[in-house]
Parts: sequence; structure tokens; C-alpha cells
Amino acid sequence: MSAPRTLFDKLWDSHEVLRRDDGASLLWVDRHLVHEGSHHAFGKLAARDLDLAAPALTFGVMDHYAPTRGAATDPAIVRMMETLRGNAKRHGFTCFDLGDPRQGIVHVIGPEQGLTLPGLLMVCGDSHTSTHGAFGAFAFGIGATEVAHVLATQTLWQRKPRRMRIRFEGGLAPGVGAKDMALHWISVLGTDGARGHAVEYAGPVVEALSMEGRLTLCNLSIEGGARCGLVAPDAVTFEYVRGRPFAPIGAAWDQALEDWAALASDLDARFDREIVVDAAEIAPIVTWGTAPDQALPITGVVPDGAPEALDYMGLRAGQRLVDIAVDQVFIGSCTNARIEDLRAAAAVLTGRKARVPGMVSAGSALVKAQAEGEGLDQVFVAAGLEWVGSGCSMCVGMNGDTVAPGKRCASTTNRNFRGRQGRGARTHLMSPAMAAAAAVTGHLTDVRPLLGGRL
Amino acid sequence: MHEGHAVALPLDNVDTDQLIPARFMSTPRDQGYGDYLLYDLRRDAAGVLDPAFPLNAARGSVLVAGRNFGSGSSREAAVYALVDAGYRAVLAPAFGDIFAANAVNNGLLPAVLPAAEIKDLMGRCPAPLKIDLQAGRIQGDGQSWPFSLDPVWRTKLINGWDDIDLTASHNQAIAAFRTHRQKNFPWAWPRATG
Repeated sequence: MSAPRTLFDKLWDSHEVLRRDDGASLLWVDRHLVHEGSHHAFGKLAARDLDLAAPALTFGVMDHYAPTRGAATDPAIVRMMETLRGNAKRHGFTCFDLGDPRQGIVHVIGPEQGLTLPGLLMVCGDSHTSTHGAFGAFAFGIGATEVAHVLATQTLWQRKPRRMRIRFEGGLAPGVGAKDMALHWISVLGTDGARGHAVEYAGPVVEALSMEGRLTLCNLSIEGGARCGLVAPDAVTFEYVRGRPFAPIGAAWDQALEDWAALASDLDARFDREIVVDAAEIAPIVTWGTAPDQALPITGVVPDGAPEALDYMGLRAGQRLVDIAVDQVFIGSCTNARIEDLRAAAAVLTGRKARVPGMVSAGSALVKAQAEGEGLDQVFVAAGLEWVGSGCSMCVGMNGDTVAPGKRCASTTNRNFRGRQGRGARTHLMSPAMAAAAAVTGHLTDVRPLLGGRL
Repeated sequence: MHEGHAVALPLDNVDTDQLIPARFMSTPRDQGYGDYLLYDLRRDAAGVLDPAFPLNAARGSVLVAGRNFGSGSSREAAVYALVDAGYRAVLAPAFGDIFAANAVNNGLLPAVLPAAEIKDLMGRCPAPLKIDLQAGRIQGDGQSWPFSLDPVWRTKLINGWDDIDLTASHNQAIAAFRTHRQKNFPWAWPRATG
């Protein structure tokens, strides 16, 4: 018998075309997702007059610069979108354009369309590609030179990362979810705590998560420095994938189920690092600084020892987190804009008014339609929040949706970096329920007392 | 061998959003990205360069930086900004994975040194330094420090290899793998939905 292998080992082995003597492996890419920001890579391809190696495995989407209200008018943005459209046509790959009912954030529509499957290797010129690992796929972000390489060859040179497992034991308290789990481990291990590792999330708490929760957990892997995040595929995964537009059917589906069931880490597989977290100890978490590991339970106080971050954030050490007033909220992004995220935020907002302005941007046009079918848009609008179109929006501020200098935003996004949401913007990361609670009270708030029978 | 001036940037977690703010990324590369490097850190709210900021006070081609340099997004534009501003190497205790790969793909050396040695080097900046890629050493001020670099990356930086050309020599193996995967794992191809 061969040596016991982890889920990651199995994914790696099944995609290795060859390995050089120096240890670099050439890996086969099953899905390549591109967006309008990939213009540098297409430029490199055009400069060498190269064709796409596998247009059938390449999918484009407009998301990074997608307008959430009206049409894009900035000539530079219009040009990038035209470039992607033109490349899709020239090379013959599918593009989910603005106005397409399937358009949305690349990491939301991949799973939604059944492009994301267990056992695949997926890449995209976006660091949050780790999201797709929720299905038991090896998925990671790459730079423009690598995007050009994948376009031209459908392969990528990589060195095998080390394997790490984070087990969440016990059970989550009410009002605590996947976003809190992620911010918790990142705050403990640091933003480079998992650098050089493929992280598999495991344990009963992960098994009990929905696909939406697993996607949020894997999405934030990169914020802890991980190469990718993974969850072993199980019945929850298979049920989600079944019947999706691009997912296999018939004999291919039957074989897929057999192959996917064998992906889970072998019982005695060895990991280079093992971390165990008692999930019962996780409280709703907010960030207070300018890196995702500068995060604490909402019951805490702003800590000492990071003067530059506090200066930027306009906070002082010793201040209670719940006393921090916010100017606005943003509910959206590839981290937290799926249907469950919107339901959780709406549950808190039902029958309540927001004290501060805010925007809600569904992760995709399909999520938006589903939310409207459930009446969630009415809840947001009645509370005083703006219900807008789908895209990366205020998470990255590329489309013009930004937070003004010095303003403070309670945000369901993934990065509280300086200037991330706009020059001088102050970002506090949190779950959708927590962002909704901040909207209702006008300051960072423990959502739990506001839940009373609502979840 | 690179000889250049080293400049200290004594900050941890200099992420890619700081290296190049998102609003500049729609610019075509041939217009140059050098002015965008650390744009908001180098300037006041009116856009005027802060003369006291290290990169404004001294020009260099080697940046000595803190832990977790280049963390965050996959934007290769962060590397373009450094390269277009004249930087050929960054020395730091640790780098974001994607940033480091992007750096090597653009001929920018991401050299890893222990935190204590980075601190020592920062104390000597601005200073002339020599970087010997072959030997994996940095020399200057009568001293010498070894640095770590993935051997695959070192070879690539020394030879100036282009991965697309290199991969083309494996076309047969790739074609065989593709046939094998399509035959044995038909589910791995997206169902054509028209």
C-alpha cells in the first residue's frame, strides 16, 4: 500500500504533469478564471502572439470594476471591460458579462455555476481564489505573469507547500459563524501564520458548516498567509454541486461521486503542523487595526502596542470596542455576500432602522434575485440601507465605491489594510450579522443580544 | 551581482494595497508604475511628497523592509511599481507568497534574512550594498550576510528564464497528461451548457 496521504497530497499528485530535479512541479490547471483586471496578462499573451491552450477551461467575469449603480463611465474601466470582452470573443471562452443573469464576483459564481468542483485545480489572478477550496479543490491566487502562463499552457510551475490542519472542536455559540472562526485563527497565528502551507480545515464544527460557511472560512485563508484553504468534500458538498449548470451529469456524475469520496485525508495522514481550536471559546470578532490579525472579541478593548495602526484608525488603547462609533456599513464581497450572509444580516435588521448609511451588494446577480425573491431587499431598504448591484465594490474600491478619508466602516470584507476601501478609510472587519448590528446601533456592537429568537 | 544603494522601510506588513493603491491599477504598464509606489504613504493628503519618508529622502535600488512584506492581493502591479521605481531587490524577514513569486517573474529579488540582521541592515541604511545572487550573500560596510532564496527562483533569476519558453519544451508531456485526464476524469471538464 502507498503511504497515507492528506487531501492536499491527493490533489497535488493528481495534477502533477512532471517534476524537475530541482523540485519544481508542472501542474495541470482544470479551471482558469479571469476578470477585467487580468488585462496585463492578456497583454503579455498578445505581445507574443499566443493562443489560449484550453479556452473550454477558461471563464471570464466582470467583477473587480463592475458598477453597482448605473453604468461604468471611467474610460480606463470601460477600456478594461472591452479588453476582456474582446479577448473572450477572439479566444472563444465563456464570459459572464455585465447584464448577464449569471454575472457576479468570480468566487461566488464559480461555485454557483458548478465550475468549482471537488478534486479540481483552480487558479485566478486574485488572492481570494482560496475560496474554492471549500469544495476540496486546490485553488489559489496567481499574478499576471502566471496568468499569462496558464492562458498559454494550461499549466503552472509550483513548489509543493507544507501541509497544515486546523481542527475546530466542540461547537459554535449562537451568533458566531465562519467569519469569526477565520478571524479567530488568524488573530492567534498572525497574518503570516500559515505562510508556505496548504491549510485543511477539519473537525466537527467545519463538517457542520454549510457550503456558504466553508467558502467564507477558505476565502480568508490568504489573510493568514496560507497558499490555499481546503475542506474535505462530503454529502453537503455533493448536494450543493448536484444539478449546477456546468457540473457533470449522468455517468460522469456517478464517477465523480466515487472519485470525490476518496479525496478526504487518510486517517493516519501526517500534517507538518496541526492546530486545534476549541470553537466554544470563539466570540463574535471585529478587527481594530490595519491587518486582519489585529482582531479581538467584541467584548474586548483596543490593545496597546500598535501605535501606527491606532493612529491610522483614530483609536486609543484601552477604549472599549463597543464604544467605537461607525460612519457607515458595507455588506458584500467574495467573503460574505452569499445568500446565507444576506439572510443573517436581514435577520438582525428586520423591523429595525439603521442609524448610519450603508450599502448591501449581493455576491452575484443570482444571489441578488434569490434575496429579492425572499424579500430580503425590502428589509435592507426599509432599514435605510442601499441595495445595489453585484461586484467587488467597496471591498477593494476599484469601481468608485469607496469610503471617504477618515470615515469608519463596519465591513463584511476581507482586508482592513490602510487605504483598502479608499485613501484614509478606516475598516473594521466582521460578520454580516455584526455589520448589521453596527448599522442598527451606529457603533461596533455585540450582535448576540439583538438576535433574540431571530436566527 | 548587483551593486546599489539600500534604503530602509522600517515597517511590518507592507501589504500590496500600500505598495500600489487599487485606483492606479487600470493604467497600462507602458505608462510606468514607478510614481505609484507606496503612493499614499509617501505623500500627504494633497499629494505632496513627504521629504522625511525614507524612499523620498534617499533613492536606491535595494529596499530593506519588515516582516510579511507584500502580503495581501495577487496584484503584480505591486512588483511593477517597485521595478519601475528602480528597485532590483527587497530584503525582508518574510514575504507574502504570491508577491514573492510575482517578484521573481519580474526579475526582482525577494531575499529573506533573519529579523535581527534586517534590523542591523536597516541601521546602516542608506548605504551601498552588493548582492551576490550566485553565492547568496549581501556585502557592504565591510560585512557580509547570507540570505535565503528558493533554489528554483535563484536559478531563474540568474538565467533570466522565461517560463512560457521553458514549458514549451514539455509540450508532449502536457498533451499526454491532458489526454489522460480527459479520458480518466471526464467530470473534470465543464459540461457544455450551450
